[in-house]
Amino acid sequence: MQLRLTDTSLRDGSHHKRHQFTVEDVRSIVAALDGAGVPVIEVTHGDGLGGSSFNYGFSLTPEQELIKVAAETARQARIAVLMLPGVGVKDDILISQDNGASIVRIATHCTEADVSVQHFQLARERGLETVGFLMMAHSQPPEALARQARIMADAGCQCVYVVDSAGALVLEQVSDRVSALVAELGDDAQVGFHGHENLGLSVANSVAAARAGAKQIDGSVRGFGAGAGNTPLEAFVGVCDKLGFETGVDFFKIVDAAEDVVRPVMPEECLLDRMALMMGYAGVYSSFLKHAYTQARRYGVSGAQILVRAGERKLVGGQEDQLIDIALELSREKVR
Amino acid sequence: MKAAIVGSGNIGTDLLYKLLRSPVLEPRWMVGIDPASEGLKRAASLGLEVSVDGAEWLLRQDELPDIVFEATSAAVHRANAPRYAEAGIRAIDLTPAAVGPYVVPPVNLGEHQDAPNINLITCGGQATIPMVHAVSRVVPVPYAEIVASVASVSAGPGTRANIDEFTRTTSKGIEAIGGAERGKAIIVLNPADPPMIMRDTIFCAIPQDADPDLITDSISRMETDIRSYVPGFRLLSDPQFDDGRVSIFVEIEGAGDFLPAYAGNLDIMTAAATKVGEEIANAAAADRHVTA
Repeated sequence: MQLRLTDTSLRDGSHHKRHQFTVEDVRSIVAALDGAGVPVIEVTHGDGLGGSSFNYGFSLTPEQELIKVAAETARQARIAVLMLPGVGVKDDILISQDNGASIVRIATHCTEADVSVQHFQLARERGLETVGFLMMAHSQPPEALARQARIMADAGCQCVYVVDSAGALVLEQVSDRVSALVAELGDDAQVGFHGHENLGLSVANSVAAARAGAKQIDGSVRGFGAGAGNTPLEAFVGVCDKLGFETGVDFFKIVDAAEDVVRPVMPEECLLDRMALMMGYAGVYSSFLKHAYTQARRYGVSGAQILVRAGERKLVGGQEDQLIDIALELSREKVR
Repeated sequence: MKAAIVGSGNIGTDLLYKLLRSPVLEPRWMVGIDPASEGLKRAASLGLEVSVDGAEWLLRQDELPDIVFEATSAAVHRANAPRYAEAGIRAIDLTPAAVGPYVVPPVNLGEHQDAPNINLITCGGQATIPMVHAVSRVVPVPYAEIVASVASVSAGPGTRANIDEFTRTTSKGIEAIGGAERGKAIIVLNPADPPMIMRDTIFCAIPQDADPDLITDSISRMETDIRSYVPGFRLLSDPQFDDGRVSIFVEIEGAGDFLPAYAGNLDIMTAAATKVGEEIANAAAADRHVTA
């Protein structure tokens, strides 16, 4: 079995780093991953192109500058960018292509695939490779997810990902969803899986996805990503070696990259602590984590309670502003 | 003033109920293109003349409207706009076509009352631009950003196919009408069931030494102005001040005329359109009074 791996530490890790990557961070991580044979490296603000904002956090370095540096640094790896319709616009995609990105990944909440149609069409017209992200995939049953995958594939998406944004899926729940997409899409598009570690299952879930027919798998070296982090890519490469799945990535080189190059860039390790576990358990979008910490501190309320209430309100990716409203609500309740 | 509604979908039908309540606007015609349209059936039963032959039919009638409300799509309005102008009909455009100037009633309606064509930007723009203006009229705003969260079921196929239009048009409105030097708009569709009521957050960058009381007071006055024509508009909390920014949280519950109450995003568009139409009618009446 052959799998194509995408490292997203320079995109999903942007959440953990509060969007403070420097040109030097990107250059050193891309060089190390490229040297280890990682075929695709994603570089963008954590919330996708145009994500630098009050709502999600401002980037220290303009993301297009980081994309350019990544493309200049990579010798064999291709550079991917993420884009969320409603946050970024088509022009952002075109600029990233000018800066050397060759894969665009369009992400929508997993019931809203039709907002991505115009972006897939544009990307294909411009000769970009396309990936579709169905985020918060735990919230929909396999058949519903497959119908949304069909909308993306018909619009020109070449690989639709089951994206476990909340790290809430458990083993069979991953394989059922991946299988449903494989059955729906057939030869029209590949299927991928993007995991989070919020229930401690990201590597196992990724194996389940591969066995169910996923051809592309995401991870982040050292788990460098939102929530408790993404699938630790070096661990997944090791597991693939054991299982005889071909990834083309050198295990020893990526282990060194994780320890010697990526870890020093991380502000701290990504941990499966109380807050992160709460996200997996309550089904909350992983990138809410740092924002929940910020609002908990600002308003003197419990961060875990903010996350649980975000789950109750069924917030979706992008609604970080509502965490402030929840914190205000909790502080009013405390006074009463 | 005799009014026509072009477009018999959700927006056109919701608008119909608001126009019927207006003391100065008289909805006489509603046209669409779909024979199965629920909106046209309702309009006919409420005594309007209806047709499935769209603006073509409307413009062929012996008696023409004074004012037309366009609730179709940007492309259709671009095609219709010159013909309305030729026939001397004022147009209020609820599509993102932006043929005429942007108008947000409590901010700049007075400047454009005589314009032959008026554009209402976007639902998110109607809900948030007045608040950006409320801040920028008392302190400089180098940057403003809005986040609109709407229920998935209230975002129609037009919005979905053209989501970039929403973000671009709203951003421009934040600058041109809101008074921010630079604007950014974000829209999020939420599929929660039961559907969430429309919410918007407005973030404005402000000077470090800005007076919070002055800003809060201006925001509160603007809330009152908006509520005069959108009763379901309300601040969710006091404005929040943090390190060079003010954050404003609002919710818009629809009047439930045709669309359910959660669709505050559509309600604020039809309410704004009605308000603009009424002001135009009042101005015309005053004009007649003066010349007579």
